[in-house]
Amino acid sequence: MSDGELIGSYIVPVHPHTVLAPEQNEGWGRLRAAYDAAAQRIKESEADLLIIYSTTWPSIIGHQIIADPNPEWVMVDHDFHELGSIPYSFNIDEKFAHAWNEANEKRGLKSRTVAYHGFPIDVGSVVALKLLNPDNAIPAVIVSSNVYANRAETTVLSKACMDVVKATGRKAVAITAMSLSNRMFTKPIEPKDDRIHSLKDDEWNRKILELLGEGRLEDVGQLSRTIHRQIRVNKVVAFKPMWWLSGMNSNRNNLTGEVLAYEALHGAGGAVVHLDPTPSGAGDIEYDEDDVEYFAGERNVLDGDQSENQYIESLSEESPVEVPQKNGPALWEPTESKDSVNSEAAPKPVGAYPHARRVGDLLYLSGVGPRQPGTNAIPGGPIHDKDGKPLNYDIKAQTQAVVDNITRILEEAGGTIDDVLDVTSFLVDMDRDFQGYNEVWAETLGQVGPTRTTLAVRALPTPIAVEMKVIAKAPKTE
Amino acid sequence: MSKGEIVAGCLAPHPPHLVYAENPPQNEPIAEGGWEQLRWGYERLRESLAGVDYDAIVLLSPHWQTYVGTHFLGLPKFKNLSVDPVFPNLFRYHYDLDIDVELAQQIHDRAADAGLAVTMMKNPDFRVDYGAITTGHMFNPSWDKPLVVISSNRSRDYYSVEVMQEMMIELGRVTREAILASGKKVVVIASNSLSHRHFTTESAIPEDMSKEHITSHAMHLWDMRMIEYFRTGQAQRILDEMPEFTEQAIAESDGGGLSWLLSTLDVPTYPGILHGYGTIIGTGNAIVEWPARNHKEASE
Repeated sequence: MSDGELIGSYIVPVHPHTVLAPEQNEGWGRLRAAYDAAAQRIKESEADLLIIYSTTWPSIIGHQIIADPNPEWVMVDHDFHELGSIPYSFNIDEKFAHAWNEANEKRGLKSRTVAYHGFPIDVGSVVALKLLNPDNAIPAVIVSSNVYANRAETTVLSKACMDVVKATGRKAVAITAMSLSNRMFTKPIEPKDDRIHSLKDDEWNRKILELLGEGRLEDVGQLSRTIHRQIRVNKVVAFKPMWWLSGMNSNRNNLTGEVLAYEALHGAGGAVVHLDPTPSGAGDIEYDEDDVEYFAGERNVLDGDQSENQYIESLSEESPVEVPQKNGPALWEPTESKDSVNSEAAPKPVGAYPHARRVGDLLYLSGVGPRQPGTNAIPGGPIHDKDGKPLNYDIKAQTQAVVDNITRILEEAGGTIDDVLDVTSFLVDMDRDFQGYNEVWAETLGQVGPTRTTLAVRALPTPIAVEMKVIAKAPKTE
Repeated sequence: MSKGEIVAGCLAPHPPHLVYAENPPQNEPIAEGGWEQLRWGYERLRESLAGVDYDAIVLLSPHWQTYVGTHFLGLPKFKNLSVDPVFPNLFRYHYDLDIDVELAQQIHDRAADAGLAVTMMKNPDFRVDYGAITTGHMFNPSWDKPLVVISSNRSRDYYSVEVMQEMMIELGRVTREAILASGKKVVVIASNSLSHRHFTTESAIPEDMSKEHITSHAMHLWDMRMIEYFRTGQAQRILDEMPEFTEQAIAESDGGGLSWLLSTLDVPTYPGILHGYGTIIGTGNAIVEWPARNHKEASE
């Protein structure tokens, strides 16, 4: 089976007018026509999965994913109930839903599937699926929008989703059901009088659509917080669907975008936008936010002690940071002998051995890790907490710290990093870390030119990801 | 026709956990108890009103969130299955409730005359929000009194707490006028929590009370400050401090229910009775009764 991929993305409006009353207003009719055009494109693309992130399904306990294979009920909008009812019966890919849920948990997210008779599918998802998949030919999956999720959590959600898309060989379409500006008129209006609520909202909407039309999705993602402040009523869900959609598209800024329609829906900005993964040639990847692989946010709050959680949360936002070492074996003073080399500037050993030993023209260093002398902190963060729960960490920061510690020990012996002859490196996660480790190597020891052997090991004595065993030329003694 | 009367005003929160923990036959999930302090508080509230005669319950629910004005359930009966979209594991409740459409229409009409944007909701397929059902069940499990259910107009989201409160005080004023003019005896209820910062995770057994606590000391302080005002008849101070409380405690008073309730009671200067306080997934919840029937000035 070939790797799955995302073959397209769509942004679509949430209000029920496009389903129930497209004939009552020309703009609503144009949005409906754009919806129909998008449905036709999806059909012709031979997509085999629709993935909906809906802003009208807020959640509190992590993210929720619909896993009922055939949810059926009648939806009535809380505001626009006079427009009528929308009966629905959808084709949900329950296997994908469960796989996504598991992938979320593997990446540290709180997540659960929902498969209860009568569960109320939200208005945004109902409208999107009714119009984009009218004959239910393509199985779908729907995920909630977590009220408290920040960009890190939302990005990891998209990565977990793509893990499953790739692993299952799907040709997927990602859909965000959302408004642009969401400020509606606060009184009933006649359909003919509908327009964007304010000129400012309209101008912002058009700027967003200009960027999306140029395929600059990640730029919109990075403007999300600003957009939310400028043109969004502070409903429970912020302007975060762009974070998810950008994550689904590998934070690209050179998609091929097309705005199919932009109109008012009771004052809010509704648009149908198609983002094709074909590179447009415009822009470049300008992803300058933290690229989080594993979410380590506030999850142990039930146990009361939040101090450590706050450390972990900051790690996900600002990595790399130093986290005080709270786990691991006791520290020892380095052993002394007539040819030992020990440094106050190197971290203390975890057993009875010296930092290095001189034998003839050679220096043999004990295994060197990234722990910092004095604080025992681990640059890039520890790989697990004191209970063994995996944590996100930065292998590059750890590798650089190892090289720095080697340099300190060699300098204590009167030498330099240029004296290194042979290195044996130990990684606890070769698949995850080899690339980052290798990049730092190339910039540091790679410039010196020692021989090198890299091994994967199950664990190291402290919660670190990398350690190096070094043989170096010994400086000539007087 | 004799003059109508508000016999009591209540703050009666709606987290679905309370119904879940009660194991009523209408709710599908089964619990091993939990949140007893609040459930016993609801018992005390029911006992307090057991000997009080009233005709209807007027309830404002923050989980029927409307952005186009304020809406009222406008059909005599609603029967359906309510599944909480946030806690579907806890709340799947088969409801069958009666609406006092006449009273709802009377409040609606007075609100319209006062310049508020109001709508009667007459779609029979409409699913009543779980907040209204939870409070309705916990307050009156026999469901033998008709309800007036008022939506939460999210004017705070559009404007500010101050504007929200101005609108809700006006809605409370016309609600009171309509009730007095109706000749009916009525209990008015605001269905909202106090501090409203949730945990973002849930214990394996949701009713594991060893995991339940307020999310932060600051939230606790705000909750206790409000309760002290409740207990000492300082409703005006609650209204005065509503902007700070709503912002700093992320309070569910943002939905307007508490401001509306105090306005329907004509901003009471007599003490409210605290029947219970407890946390639910970290949020602060108080069950409070203002016994308006004992304070003639409140109904004149």
